[in-house]
Amino acid sequence: MSYEMIGIFVLWIFLYGYLIVASIDFGAGFFAFYARITRQDHVINQLISRYLSPVWEVTNVFFVFFFVGIVGFFPETAYYYGTALLVPGSIAIILLAIRGSFYAFENYGSKQSTVYMFLYGATGLLIPASLSVALTLSEGGFIVEENGVVSLQYLELFTSPLSWSIVALSIVSVLFISATFLTFYASRAKDYPALKLVRKFALFWSTPAIIAALTAFIFLSQHNRGHYESMLDLWWMLGLSVGFFMTTAWLLYQGKYYGMAFISVMLQYVFAFFGYGIGHYPYLLDPFITVYDSATHESMGIALVTAFIGGLLLLIPSLILLMKLFLFDADYVKGKK
Amino acid sequence: MELDTVLMSRLLTAMTLGFHIIFATLGVGVPLMISIAELIGIKKNDPHYRLLARRWTRGFVITVAVGVVTGTAIGLQLSLVWPNFMQVAGNVISLPLFMEVFAFFFEAIFLGIYLYTWDRFNNQYIHWVFSLPIIIGGGFSAVFITTVNAFMNTPDGFTTENGTFAAVNPIAAMLNPATPTKVFHVLTSAYLTCAAILAAITAFMILKKKTTDYHKKALKLTLTLTFIFAVLTAIAGDSSAKFLAVHQPEKLAAAEWHFETEEGADLLLFGWLNDAHEAVGEIRIPNFLSFLAYGDFNAEVTGLEETPEDKWPPLWVHYMFDLMVTIGFLLPGVALLYFILSKLKKRNEHNKGMLSLIVLSGPLAMLAIEFGWIYAEEGRQPWIIRGYMTVEEAATSSPYIGLMFVLFLALYIVLGTLCVVTLRKLFRDNPAEEELEKHYPSFEKDDES
Repeated sequence: MSYEMIGIFVLWIFLYGYLIVASIDFGAGFFAFYARITRQDHVINQLISRYLSPVWEVTNVFFVFFFVGIVGFFPETAYYYGTALLVPGSIAIILLAIRGSFYAFENYGSKQSTVYMFLYGATGLLIPASLSVALTLSEGGFIVEENGVVSLQYLELFTSPLSWSIVALSIVSVLFISATFLTFYASRAKDYPALKLVRKFALFWSTPAIIAALTAFIFLSQHNRGHYESMLDLWWMLGLSVGFFMTTAWLLYQGKYYGMAFISVMLQYVFAFFGYGIGHYPYLLDPFITVYDSATHESMGIALVTAFIGGLLLLIPSLILLMKLFLFDADYVKGKK
Repeated sequence: MELDTVLMSRLLTAMTLGFHIIFATLGVGVPLMISIAELIGIKKNDPHYRLLARRWTRGFVITVAVGVVTGTAIGLQLSLVWPNFMQVAGNVISLPLFMEVFAFFFEAIFLGIYLYTWDRFNNQYIHWVFSLPIIIGGGFSAVFITTVNAFMNTPDGFTTENGTFAAVNPIAAMLNPATPTKVFHVLTSAYLTCAAILAAITAFMILKKKTTDYHKKALKLTLTLTFIFAVLTAIAGDSSAKFLAVHQPEKLAAAEWHFETEEGADLLLFGWLNDAHEAVGEIRIPNFLSFLAYGDFNAEVTGLEETPEDKWPPLWVHYMFDLMVTIGFLLPGVALLYFILSKLKKRNEHNKGMLSLIVLSGPLAMLAIEFGWIYAEEGRQPWIIRGYMTVEEAATSSPYIGLMFVLFLALYIVLGTLCVVTLRKLFRDNPAEEELEKHYPSFEKDDES
């Protein structure tokens, strides 16, 4: 495999990782807020904050890793996406900044106010919406280059059904993934009242999740035929994704094997996300940049891959330690530590 | 219009960096102070020091959060505001940016562990060991980012072919000529600043009539560290000046208003320039610039005349340089004065004047960091990659940059205010005396003095 392919493969895995961990985080924020306004916060907010406290910075790193990595492996992306994403990217940064810092101010600082809960819940939905713009742009047709000046066609972006369907998909996916994880987490903690509530959320958001995915797929077929057709060639991946979706829904409905349900939802998104990504190949930004013509020098590519392997050797043991101490420490999950 | 976009891009980046550098500096330096305090606490079996580590950590996580979000902001802004720079530089210098993420990841993981495991292990050294990866991660984050900045000053590790970079050697780019002195200077000054700020906070508490053993021990520790790191920072600053004299002479010359190449050059402090580019009202130390630059009072120092005038850095960087250096000499002086007073039997080292000086030295140290970075960045102008790309060529063409400036300004005002409010509330609602009793009830109450 060439270093460009290793690069994009690794980056895509990290983006998938961010999709999962950030979804859990963002969705949890929304559920916490929802529980507060419907006066059910005593049931689940303890559970949510126990999970989130040790990991929020780790979530952020997945995101930073992705955008630093993509500029490293494919410097051309900085030129096109950098210019086009100035506004949506800045908005996403501001929302992330508000979310991250308020989180620290409230949790390490003082008691939780409703204003904070609102911001926490609202940013949980707005951040995925603003980040999803990057995926929409990659489909082409929204960025033009004239006389060496790159600009974003805002009118086209805001009137495109594709862009709104991707926004909708990102939001409902966040809620579905998050609720499924929280169901698993509550069952591990043997917190039955919380389990009952978050399982209800998970079941509720399952149907919109699959509908939004299909809608986005249909709009994609109208917007970027080539991408749509390459995805159809990967029909077995999409089929597996739908299959795992049905497995997840069934497991949630049965009310047993919540761990399996969460694994199943992760697999559902693995196949959907990689089906989408492989179908997009070779374009990083249709039609301006491909994986090959935008790649960095070979020496840099090799250095980055080497650094990546070294980094993983350092991080994986550390992450295992973190998980051992918090996520999989039964006493901690149950709130005894 | 085009110039406006460039100016707004520069202002936005300057604002983000000026704000981020405060929290980045704390993020690099404070873990070392925490770790030292905890180690002393365990070694001496003295709950005061361990409480110190605990309380510093609690404040630290708030500043880390702001550091994380502003760091994310500057990381993305590099691509959003300077797309042409990242497109070119990404080819050569993305390796340390990439590794910085790992260093930070490493730090974040262990900060999480350190924060939530204070009383979880019977062997207290286990908890202390978790502070080491935080120090190492924070330190290496600074090292990696500083190599990128060093590269912008003395680009290396590539050849140019038809205007694009070729034959890239990422390691050579990282280890460019500016890297060693810059890294040394950034690290020591971060440790110095954090020690000075923690000393200032402690002195402030003592001024507010909290003269407990806990606070006295904290003051002595932080001032000792201030002194040690101030000496190291002075050495680092000196080696930075010697580096500039050889590799980036126009930057040193601009800081010193040194226009003509000459032997036995004088050092100029403050003053102002008249229309004929002559310094007026300055303090002049004969032959000292030659000594600073080469360790030889008669060495020849390159003047600005050897750089075309349109490539001169702005001459006001002179003040930034002077202020930074002045503060750099003031800080160890204050710490030294405290120790002299404490050795003299008749004098009270906790008198109002002394404490006020210490309180002042905290913000001054942080200001010196700001001045130093302004000097470092402005002194490189008009280049973004010295000799290859100017800031004007690098900036975004997007017309919305002014609007983004306003949005980010609002964000930083909110973050800065809330950070201060939260920190004050955190410590006011939770005084050290109460906490000592809560965590270490068996510790005898010999606290009041």
